[in-house]
Amino acid sequence: MTEFTPLTALLGGALIGISALLLLIFNGRIAGISGILHSALQPADNDRLWRWIFLFGLVLGVFFVMNPTTPLPTDIEASWPLIIIAGLLVGFGSKTGNGCTSGHGICGLGRLSRRSIVATATFMITAALTVFITRHIIGA
Amino acid sequence: MKLFIALISGVLFGAGLTIAQMVNPDKVLNFLDITGHWDPSLALVMASALTIFGSGYFLLVRTKNKPLLDKEFIVSTNNKIDKPLIVGATTFGLGWGLIGICPGPALAILLTGNMKFIGFFIAMLIGMQVAQKISDTIYNE
Repeated sequence: MTEFTPLTALLGGALIGISALLLLIFNGRIAGISGILHSALQPADNDRLWRWIFLFGLVLGVFFVMNPTTPLPTDIEASWPLIIIAGLLVGFGSKTGNGCTSGHGICGLGRLSRRSIVATATFMITAALTVFITRHIIGA
Repeated sequence: MKLFIALISGVLFGAGLTIAQMVNPDKVLNFLDITGHWDPSLALVMASALTIFGSGYFLLVRTKNKPLLDKEFIVSTNNKIDKPLIVGATTFGLGWGLIGICPGPALAILLTGNMKFIGFFIAMLIGMQVAQKISDTIYNE
């Protein structure tokens, strides 16, 4: 069980919004994590350095602010097969659909992109249905 | 300078995810669990990020024809709702709903050194590579 944390949610969201805005205004790039991650690992891509630096910065940012009130999770109950299946689905889906929660959900929605509005609605509804089924139908 | 911006942007993103606790899979799943003990935090994270990014985009980006430090904005202008978009978003939503971890948090929680989180991250990268191979095969024919 987790409690509603409006203040930290607004503050954290603001930082994510500023992050995405800076990257676009200065560098002309979209802060879509799945795209940055995937492209950073393509040997043929000759514009990889900024992506590695962004990803390094992301981890550094986590390191700076993690503390007992905003901790990292220590473990997860999910079984290994579930972990692997979910990982494959998240990776496959974000690449095939050209974006994840950040690229579509924030940068795309913020630009009022038609594709991102449809993508975000689709993955939000699918994810909510998945949770409903796993927690209230199978898990009940 | 561009690399410095990339670093700062990354740091802010990681800090934001952690402060908002979007790195906690339970918090994400509890947002998605509308009929359960609902935790609306993620909605506020998105609302806050969207307000800042969206207003900045329309006031500061759309009014320019190039970014401050580069030649052009690399932004998708594709408007077509096609099959890959729907299949991809559905698959992504299914995986996200099963475990509560999306790509940003997946990278962030590698810091824990937890084997399951590392396993999830590797599986995610493999999933991306498989999707790339499939789309290469389709478009090369």
